[in-house]
Amino acid sequence: MKKPLLRASSLASPKQQHNWDWRAASNFIAGGAGGGLLLWASVVNASADATRMAILLGLILIGSGLTCVWFEIGRPWRALNVYRHFATSWMTREAVVALGVFAAGGLALLTGAFALSFLAGILGLTFLYSQARILAANKGIPAWRHPRSISLMIATGLAEGAGFLVCVLSLSSAAVGFPVLAGLIALIVVRALFWKSYLGALVADGAPDATLKVLSGIAPRLLVVGHILPALAVVAAMAGMPGGAVLSFAAGILVVAGGWFLKFTLVRRAAFTQGLALLHLPVRGQGTAGAATKPGWKTVPGVKAG
Amino acid sequence: MKRYVMSIDLRRCVGCQTCTAACKGANATPPGIQWRRVLDIETGEFPDVQRTFLPMACMHCANPPCEKVCPTRATTKRADGLVAIDYELCIGCANCVMACPYDARSIVHEAHYAYGDTPMASEAARFDPDRIGVSMKCSFCVDRIDLAERTGQIPGVDPEVTPACVNSCISGAMEFGDIEDPESSVSRLLAQTQHYRMHEELGTEPGVYYIWDQS
Repeated sequence: MKKPLLRASSLASPKQQHNWDWRAASNFIAGGAGGGLLLWASVVNASADATRMAILLGLILIGSGLTCVWFEIGRPWRALNVYRHFATSWMTREAVVALGVFAAGGLALLTGAFALSFLAGILGLTFLYSQARILAANKGIPAWRHPRSISLMIATGLAEGAGFLVCVLSLSSAAVGFPVLAGLIALIVVRALFWKSYLGALVADGAPDATLKVLSGIAPRLLVVGHILPALAVVAAMAGMPGGAVLSFAAGILVVAGGWFLKFTLVRRAAFTQGLALLHLPVRGQGTAGAATKPGWKTVPGVKAG
Repeated sequence: MKRYVMSIDLRRCVGCQTCTAACKGANATPPGIQWRRVLDIETGEFPDVQRTFLPMACMHCANPPCEKVCPTRATTKRADGLVAIDYELCIGCANCVMACPYDARSIVHEAHYAYGDTPMASEAARFDPDRIGVSMKCSFCVDRIDLAERTGQIPGVDPEVTPACVNSCISGAMEFGDIEDPESSVSRLLAQTQHYRMHEELGTEPGVYYIWDQS
């Protein structure tokens, strides 16, 4: 099939990024959830078996995310350069923290010591924070660089971690306790509020039209699948309805699915580049400068959309 | 302290793409990869329309976001203001590609040639395997700038040590030089004109100045 001609003018508009595909997105999707799960596994008073299962799952999630991103990088056999040529980027910090996560988590699995579980949990939270900062440091993608993306990424990672923990607990012999379910509801509410805050700030502060269209488009589905349905399931389980374990499991899965849907959309579909801006058009001959232009963006103060 | 910058007079650029071709020739970039591009932007509504040609490349920012996100120190800002990439250190994570608000960086994961899998003689001779799977961008023809250090020539004045795009411009739209030197041609030109830098609100302090009118 003949490719459509790429017009020079279209190069000026924001373009969807294609350098980080599903493999890079998987690192944020699985790794963030794994970090959140490690944290909650370390602070929730569950049985030893359930705690071990949760820690193992958290390590698998983080490990699979990092493996995916390893397959994405252009020179995978040079990955150790991150440690050999130490920098201060958040990606470096993520890589360093990952070593600590696997060391503390692995030892916690072997020994069952609370101190090691707690350390793995703190490092899991640090891993999640590092991932949020990696996205926010990318100034070329307006949807990521907004400061509120940090709190959103952390909020969804924590909610997904709690969702996974509820799934693990509902599969184990012990019932999911009231405090855990209440905590899950609180995290669902917090994530919903941070999502609303992020989207509102992005609209107010400006972002490429295509980014806003994609993010606004998923808002209703995210609200229903990722927030309302799991909250209802948790409330039903807390109210003592029959099949409490099934309801809890379903709630956990929906919270995770909502978060993964959100992160995949943010990292892949809504990730449009900055594009270009002409603050002043050139003055030629006796003419006057035309109006400023910023293709692909709605009107923002001082700059007219193209 | 030097800081090499480039000025581009938008009033003079005619969109001929000679600088694009000169860059490809000087740097042997693969098909589809242009370290230097000239965008053709049409604005306004008929009959009041305006066409502007906008040369774009790496802005060699004083506060480069690509450097901050690099996990291996492959991207660094030099003392003379150039933002450089060490291809040996780069792991090709593309974080810098995401961080650049000027869309100036690219990564080629496989060798591509103009006519399929077989390179022409000129492509084979200049193929650089070190550039596969790593981030790359306009270097301000860094080898020429380094040559100036050895020969004592002045970038922006002596063509041998001036970026290829600047040398090639048929309308004299581009100037290159040390902005810290008030006598350099680029400093004098900027003092006489109205100009702006793109996306300054992001705090990158780019090293490319777009001239749009006289003072």
